[in-house]
Amino acid sequence: MSNYNNNNFSKGTDFAVILLYMIMVAIGILCIFMVEYNPNLNWSNSFLTAKTNYSKQIYFALFCALIAIFILLMDSKVFTAFANILYVLGILLMLATFVLGKNINGSKSWIPIAGGFNLQPAELCKIFTALILAKFISKPETDFSKLKSHLIAGIMIILPAILSVMQHELGLALVYSAFIFAMYREGLPPLILVFLLSFAILVIATLLLDPTLLSIIITVIAGLFILNLIKKFKRNKKAILVIIAIWGICFGTIRYTVPYIFNNVFECYQSTRIYSMMGKEYDCSKNVKSAKLSVNKKSAKKPDDYNVKQSKIAIGSGGFWGRGFLKGTQTRGKYVPAQHTDFIFTSLGEAFGFVGTFTFLILYLFFLFRLIRIAERQRSTFSRVYAYSVVGIFFFHIAVNICMTIGLFPVVGIPLPLISYGGSSLLTFTVLIFVLLRLDADRQMVLR
Amino acid sequence: MSVYNQNRGGIIQIIIGIIFTLIIGQLISLQIFSNKYRLAADNNAVYRKIIYPDRGIIYDRKKKALLENTISYDLVVIPNEAKEVDTAMLCEILKIDKVEFGKRMIEAIIKNTRVKASTFEAFLSAEVYAQLNENLYRFPGFTLSERSIRSYPYNTAAHVLGYVAEVDVNFLQKHEQDGYEMGDYAGMTGLERFYEPILMGQRGVNRFLRDNKGKIQGAFEKGIYDTVAIAGRNIFTSMDVEVQQLAEKLLQHKIGSAVAINPKTGGIIAMASSPGYNPNLLTGNQRRKTIGRLLLDTARPIYNRAIKGQYPPGSTFKPLGALIALDEGLITPSYGYNCRGTYGACGDPRKCEHHNPGHASTLQLALANSCNSYFLQIFRMAIDNPEYHNAKVGYLKWKEYVNAFGLGRKLGIDLPSENRASIPDTAQYNRDFGGAKYWNSCYMLTLGIGQDRMTATPLQLANAMAFLANDGFYYTPHFVDSIENQDEEDNAMLEKYKIKNEVTKIAKQYFEIIKEGMHDVTVMGTASMIKVPGHEFCAKTGTAQNPHGKNHSLFVCFAPKENPTIAVAVVVENAGFGATWAGPIAGLMMEKYLNDTLTKESKIKAENLSNVDLMPAAIKSWYVRNNKTEMLTAIEYSNDAIADAWDMEMLSEIAPVKKIMDTAKKMDSLPKAIPPTKPIPPSRKNKDSAIDPLNKKKKATAKKNVKL
Repeated sequence: MSNYNNNNFSKGTDFAVILLYMIMVAIGILCIFMVEYNPNLNWSNSFLTAKTNYSKQIYFALFCALIAIFILLMDSKVFTAFANILYVLGILLMLATFVLGKNINGSKSWIPIAGGFNLQPAELCKIFTALILAKFISKPETDFSKLKSHLIAGIMIILPAILSVMQHELGLALVYSAFIFAMYREGLPPLILVFLLSFAILVIATLLLDPTLLSIIITVIAGLFILNLIKKFKRNKKAILVIIAIWGICFGTIRYTVPYIFNNVFECYQSTRIYSMMGKEYDCSKNVKSAKLSVNKKSAKKPDDYNVKQSKIAIGSGGFWGRGFLKGTQTRGKYVPAQHTDFIFTSLGEAFGFVGTFTFLILYLFFLFRLIRIAERQRSTFSRVYAYSVVGIFFFHIAVNICMTIGLFPVVGIPLPLISYGGSSLLTFTVLIFVLLRLDADRQMVLR
Repeated sequence: MSVYNQNRGGIIQIIIGIIFTLIIGQLISLQIFSNKYRLAADNNAVYRKIIYPDRGIIYDRKKKALLENTISYDLVVIPNEAKEVDTAMLCEILKIDKVEFGKRMIEAIIKNTRVKASTFEAFLSAEVYAQLNENLYRFPGFTLSERSIRSYPYNTAAHVLGYVAEVDVNFLQKHEQDGYEMGDYAGMTGLERFYEPILMGQRGVNRFLRDNKGKIQGAFEKGIYDTVAIAGRNIFTSMDVEVQQLAEKLLQHKIGSAVAINPKTGGIIAMASSPGYNPNLLTGNQRRKTIGRLLLDTARPIYNRAIKGQYPPGSTFKPLGALIALDEGLITPSYGYNCRGTYGACGDPRKCEHHNPGHASTLQLALANSCNSYFLQIFRMAIDNPEYHNAKVGYLKWKEYVNAFGLGRKLGIDLPSENRASIPDTAQYNRDFGGAKYWNSCYMLTLGIGQDRMTATPLQLANAMAFLANDGFYYTPHFVDSIENQDEEDNAMLEKYKIKNEVTKIAKQYFEIIKEGMHDVTVMGTASMIKVPGHEFCAKTGTAQNPHGKNHSLFVCFAPKENPTIAVAVVVENAGFGATWAGPIAGLMMEKYLNDTLTKESKIKAENLSNVDLMPAAIKSWYVRNNKTEMLTAIEYSNDAIADAWDMEMLSEIAPVKKIMDTAKKMDSLPKAIPPTKPIPPSRKNKDSAIDPLNKKKKATAKKNVKL
């Protein structure tokens, strides 16, 4: 089977995805152009000078095209073969940032490489994690219905996530939760998802309500359940124990875990952002990290919801039809911080309005569903797990990024795939997609 | 194997679908259902530079500018750029301390954010401006911005002109469509307010795009939304600044009002209200200091008594009463009433000033002598007119006449908040006396001599004179004759001032009779001591009782007798007799208007009159208590010599033939010299206002001392 289509990438390759990919990259360049546009400069000249972000992005895109072709020309067995090594390499690179790291925007997660370009290993690690997860699950000896396998997979995922947190890249760390999609598809018990969802609800409730009040509510609910049980089953000790255990976990979460996470794990600004999402104020003096930080320097910043406020203004001011190409005042006046990277969606929303954003989302939805379709048509588990990882990563990026620009999610620094400015990010997503396309081209093959 | 768990692919699709729906839902709410973001975006990025045009100028009939525009400077700060400011020096120049400096900076940031300009100190004095201008380089972020403010070269007509002030939230709500915004100035009272759209002109707006640091990026949308400032248009009034000044001067130290109208056009020549204030005190940085004080002043200097003050017309109503009786055919000019000094037809005798028989043997004589009995009688005849069978119908007919004369309703002058004063309705009497059948002409008898519940504003009184002067019509009194570059819309606005209000069809000969009577008043009647050199005129004095204190002094007149060109009404509160105080004021105003100048004697007379202090003691003691002077009078006169006062003793008796100007006394004898009118005992006063049919008798006795 591999004999006749190994080196012929036009066979079996999903051109719909490639087309969508190209459209996305083009939209990205257009958006960056809108952000950077300066009526006083001759933009036609600056397109190719690599001095502006959009022209740089064009070069990145060209480079990515080369990589994509290269990937499509590769043998898909390479990916299974090198999955483990690549993962280890990725982890090592991430560790290396602690030594070689260059500080960009407050996070030390970049390794400078030649030509003024910087590499962010955490980005690449997403690919490697996807590969190793696929490799692990597709191994014949792995029974993914067992808790042990779940834990091993979990460790594989959490390791780079922890490293990312240590590099102050909370957003990138959160992305690793996207692998839940793949794991769920391969048999992760839905109970775990329910459990995680309840936990998330509990955390949000903790933030929204007064902890004491919430504790009382939880206790009352538990009490009612026990009373109910006593009536029905007389003495159902096991059920009572379970209820007490759940109550204990909830209580512990409310009282200790959540405050601990906010005061000790998160940075002050992160806690503040999350609290401000809920319409509350966070007292930074409780934060251990900021306490350390404030000894060194005093930070004077814009109010923390400034980004979201301006971003919402930009998107909201677009209205139904948008303000027109290059006519967005929020964009022209540079009111939205980080607009060419994390807040790129705002320039689209402002210029093209609801029509633009809706079209864009439908395009992306179509893209994701196409990827899922690809995933489901794989014969090999490896390819399927990998495909779902890609779907998860893309979906997570899109959802979190857009949600944060429209005020549905706290601001975490993760880019909008294929649209945001940035070579590392574009490269990562390109590789993710084209590896998938390579695997898909060989979908008749069973890879291990 | 691959089909294992395949339904989970579907679940994942559903999850993705749900999240996307959520996002689209939020986008719909942001982009379609809320327009606040669009406003916020414009607020962020579009910098509207407003170019204020010069306001229009208001001229008098001789094209003298009653007000002008002058330039004032504000100190403006952009907090973000105000770094390394020489604070100490700035504080020293502005005479503030550093705490105040910090406070103002914070205020500016709160009000307009760090990157936008806010006013740091408004209306700099010339001296401060010079100092700042010289040292501006020491204060980065501070700029001097120009602003046009009003100034009043004649220090006059404050009430008429009104003032311009910064708009407040209320104003913005009321004028939502007119495009005002915070920080704008608009006419708040008087002509400034009435003609605001014309005087204001059209503001120009230039829109610029501004980035997040407040830097201008260039014109917004290439300037397609920009508008050009169009200067406000000038307006030309019928006022005569000299007559106006004279009126204000004569009313100094008195409470009252004077209105002069040109009956030929309805144009108002002068309108004074006293106490007044110097309009220059309400412009620029003066305003903050003055406005509170003016508003709190117990004499209410801001209140325009000419259009808002309600005074019982007293005897000045008599010519109108006579006109009604004549027109209804109830009397003929030769009708006489045998008055023996009282009117007793309603049981309770009413006093008349004259006892000699025959003083009311004809209408003309009755007018000249201001016989109370005569006019009470003809009032009763009008109410009890047999033609109407019923006092109520008779009263309504009478009221219709009075309203037609311009009393008891708004005339429609081109000033805001005119008062309609009061001609009581039958409903009031029905209520008071328990129903229509319980009252008759005796119950409101003194309406016939302008008392009871009848009130009128000085403007209405002057207008009534214009009506008499014109033999039966008047033009709605107004100030503005024409507008610069008058267009269709302006024509429509001024149209109503060009219409003859020919409200009654009273025969011309009746007017002749009334005029003759009023002329007699000035020759041999109550006003015979008032002369206008070179002109015959018609007048009627009035001394109106008022329940709150001393009688009001009223005087209405028009001149010249033939072909009148000025009609005047003067009211001096709590001053006493009409001929003593209001009369000379009106006389001098007519003289000034008709002759364009005052004779030497008149000048002395005017000077003396202007120095007479008739402020009620209560108000004076208020000033003393609150440690204030009444320095807010409008015109700064040269009070070089303490002038002679009038001989008050001579005026305490009604002496029509006596020349009152001959003798004079020193000013300091004045307070004692005010003629001791019969004070109404407090108990009576109360009953006077208490309304009870059973008290009618007592009321009637209280009214006995109606004079003139």
